[in-house]
Amino acid sequence: MAISMRTAPYRVHRDPDRCIQCQVCVRQCANGVHRWDDEEAEVVSEDRECVNCHRCVVYCPTGALTISRSPLDYAANANWRKPDIDQIYLQSETGGTLLTGMGNNRPYPVYWDHLLLNASQVTNPSIDPLREPVELKTLLGRKPDSLELKKGTLAEPVPPQLELEVPVMFSAMSFGSISLNAQKALARAAIDLGIYWNCGEGGLHPEMDPYTGRVIVQVASGRFGVNMDYLNAGAAIEIKIGQGAKPGIGGHLPGEKVGPEVSVTRMIPVGSDAISPAPHHDIYSIEDLRQLIYSLKEATEYRKPVGVKIAAVHNVAAIASGSVRAGADYLAIDGFRGGTGAAPLRIRDNVGIPIELALAAVDSRLRAEGIRNQVSLVVAGSIRNSADVVKAIALGADAVYIGTAALISLGCHMCQKCYRGKCNWGIATTDAYLSKRLNPEIGARRAANLIQAWKHEIKEMLGGMGINAIESLRGNRLALRGVNLTSRELDILQVKAAGE
Amino acid sequence: MRRRVVWKEEACIGCRLCEVYCVTAHSRYPGDVLKAFKRDPDRPVPRVVLEEKGPVSFALSCRQCEEPECVKSCLTGALGVDPARGVVVVDEQHCIGCWTCIVACPWGAIRPSRGEQPVAIKCDLCLGRLGIPACVGNCPNEALQLQECGKEG
Amino acid sequence: MEKEGRVRIPSGCAVAGIVNLQGEVFGAGDIIQSIACMHDRSNGLGGGFAGYGIYPELKDYYALHLFYQSPLAREQTEAFINQVFTVKDCGPIPIKKNPRITDVPGIWRYFALPDPARLEECSDTEEEYVMKCVMQINRNIPGAFVASGGKNMGAFKAVGYPEDVADFYRLEDYRGYLWMAHGRFPTNTPGWWGGAHPFTLLDWAVVHNGEISSYGANRRYLEMHGYHCGLQTDTEAITYLFDLLIRKHRLPVRVALGILAAPFWDEIEQMEESAKRTWKAIRAVYGSALLNGPFSIIIGSSHGMIAMNDRIKLRPLVAAEEGDYVYVASEESAIRAICPNPERVWAPRGGEPVFGLLKNKEVSIADSPVVARAV
Repeated sequence: MAISMRTAPYRVHRDPDRCIQCQVCVRQCANGVHRWDDEEAEVVSEDRECVNCHRCVVYCPTGALTISRSPLDYAANANWRKPDIDQIYLQSETGGTLLTGMGNNRPYPVYWDHLLLNASQVTNPSIDPLREPVELKTLLGRKPDSLELKKGTLAEPVPPQLELEVPVMFSAMSFGSISLNAQKALARAAIDLGIYWNCGEGGLHPEMDPYTGRVIVQVASGRFGVNMDYLNAGAAIEIKIGQGAKPGIGGHLPGEKVGPEVSVTRMIPVGSDAISPAPHHDIYSIEDLRQLIYSLKEATEYRKPVGVKIAAVHNVAAIASGSVRAGADYLAIDGFRGGTGAAPLRIRDNVGIPIELALAAVDSRLRAEGIRNQVSLVVAGSIRNSADVVKAIALGADAVYIGTAALISLGCHMCQKCYRGKCNWGIATTDAYLSKRLNPEIGARRAANLIQAWKHEIKEMLGGMGINAIESLRGNRLALRGVNLTSRELDILQVKAAGE
Repeated sequence: MRRRVVWKEEACIGCRLCEVYCVTAHSRYPGDVLKAFKRDPDRPVPRVVLEEKGPVSFALSCRQCEEPECVKSCLTGALGVDPARGVVVVDEQHCIGCWTCIVACPWGAIRPSRGEQPVAIKCDLCLGRLGIPACVGNCPNEALQLQECGKEG
Repeated sequence: MEKEGRVRIPSGCAVAGIVNLQGEVFGAGDIIQSIACMHDRSNGLGGGFAGYGIYPELKDYYALHLFYQSPLAREQTEAFINQVFTVKDCGPIPIKKNPRITDVPGIWRYFALPDPARLEECSDTEEEYVMKCVMQINRNIPGAFVASGGKNMGAFKAVGYPEDVADFYRLEDYRGYLWMAHGRFPTNTPGWWGGAHPFTLLDWAVVHNGEISSYGANRRYLEMHGYHCGLQTDTEAITYLFDLLIRKHRLPVRVALGILAAPFWDEIEQMEESAKRTWKAIRAVYGSALLNGPFSIIIGSSHGMIAMNDRIKLRPLVAAEEGDYVYVASEESAIRAICPNPERVWAPRGGEPVFGLLKNKEVSIADSPVVARAV
């Protein structure tokens, strides 16, 4: 076999003064970086396979391990950067599409970081959330434009709503793309928090039965796991049209990840690839979407909201408007920095638009058309912290979906190798040995802690602005000012520049 | 009140940190892993042992049986039940290293110690050393717990 | 510096209102004295009054009060008014020179009804027709501003302290059954007559003390329903919200107030099942109309007066009753200055409305779900 021209991207450093040869690292690395050498009677490490996931570093009881980026570089070249060259070497070896995991890692602008929040000074008082109520309850679903009351009660019932105690939900991650333990952790946290989790396109494993009260079930182009029980189990149904990390691309769960458990859940044979086509083959146009929305509503007797998830692409505002008119009760928009278990690298890094701009465009468009009040907007695609949540709501979102942030709370270290199925943290894997590494009890606690912490922070920021109910922030773009943005970007965001 | 360490098989990831911390807790440097392994010339053997087959693993230590076979079989009376602390204890002064207890234990939870005159050692729940057993306190996946039980359970 | 309407200017204020529940008219002296008592709550950059029942002879006509910055503005406006209205009577509003009121625009009033043929042609109700005409003047004719346009009522406002504004407009010559007043403390403004309170729309007049932190959300909600918030003031937004909820959506007054100062979710949780369902729906559907941040408002109409605080009472508001009169003001002293020993004086709780509705008028305040707020 010809030599590979690729070199190790990371370097493992083992401090011999600290290593006690306990071999915990050997057992923790599913990539085989560390091994026990009988002849040398010591643990040795092989840099080449290291993905920099930090599992060994965190588990080493004496702190003997660190990992760094390899100092090896090519001749300085601002055009041909290291990844550009390395990717060519890899493709020359394999002849294949480059795969990757998690969200876009290229240095595109992160608009959240160019938006600043307001606070009260003198002319109106800020509110201390420790002393006064600050309300975050959010209702997602279709709303009439007005209410009619008869003798003090509703003349007609309001369409079904999802009730969130915090405007944050766990976004769609299927069993298969993540482990059952990861799903359980998020589901338990969602129940504890009074929010929702989304089972993605992968069906519901029987062990998830206790957590269906707060699940959003997804119907995507592969229709995996979809049956009447599945639809009835969900608190809401989400039609997945697209995903921010790979707009225009379907899904592909490799056969290696389709073990007996995944097979049962997805209703496909063991070892077969689970391929979700790029489009839904019964949706080639907006009127087809309407048919699917209403088929699902009919099937579930209009008892639950039916939402539509789309990727943020250039024409997102028009697509959003069409989807609302097609009957979507909520709209999930996934920006181009959204995460994924597996996506073609070129697609992930080059297709779609930032969620901040997409959200601003969609909210403005729906308002211009007078239909914003009818639908709820959920945005996703790299919400990293509570400030991003607040900014998203000020731009016009009702709630946000988090995927990556939730996984990081479970232990994900962002090595971006989810597609290999060898996640050392027990998250993006279906391997029984690796999956055990995520204890769902610990995971649920950590995910719930994260959202609780965000909840406190959101209240603090709202109170600072003199706002004591989240709906008063929704679409309140006066709460935002832009820094370091062009006037065109400010126009699209409909946000004033700092100082204005 | 009997007390013992119990494991959750579904959460045990086979990392063997329980062993590392057991050794440390029973070494000369109970709070310092590095020194326990680098400096203690008489570094003890672990009293908890990982059993593993495929993805299934668990950390085995003394079950602190209600009617312990080891106590019954002990030739010198070195093994006994400390009812106050709910734990089976070895009096190392009286242990002659005959290993009858090792043969008698249905769990395989007793091992010989290192050294020139080895004695039987087994899980003592880190009594007198730490608040909770070191393996329990340091299990990274919370697979080990200290259980208090009345009758056999 | 940009004129108000181009920029948003927060301001603090004094408010006061008096109503005679029998609809009997009385002079403006009391309201002037009441608001003057709170002189220090304003800074001379805006004062104003609204009176209801002041034009009994022409009570069936819309009374349009106009400010003109130039003769051209008047020319254009009058051409437009004559096109869309049938004018019964018009003329300058009588004023008295006051050294502290300067930069006086042309101030005119017109008593008019919609042109019957034009009204017939369009699909709007009479009220909508008038509202649209008023908005067209404010938006499209530079230098013209409609200060008020309701029937048998009028707004009198200017840049100055309220007592000077009253003197300037010779308010002592008017008698009404409902008076409200406002003294303004804008934080930065060159002072513009149109920006002073009350803000009016058709029959509504609103005076307001506060700074709505939800303004951006409220405004975009209103814009979605066809309102143009040209002034960028909270008062304008509050007035439009009231108009939307009560006139357009036909919600009972108490529900509309419960939307502006919504019960907390904790309170809703404690309601009985049907009320809980209803309030949950109200908050879900009308969340964008919730007024957040500190305010005390007085809303006037031909039905009477309603006063209310934000739901956690971040601004002062005191109410009193004496005989057929209901008084509200930012400070108790402003009430006692004109009614030293009222039968009842109280500080309404946050979000708890004070009703001063005329006894001979029917207003749908009862037809609303129970508000479980303990009083």
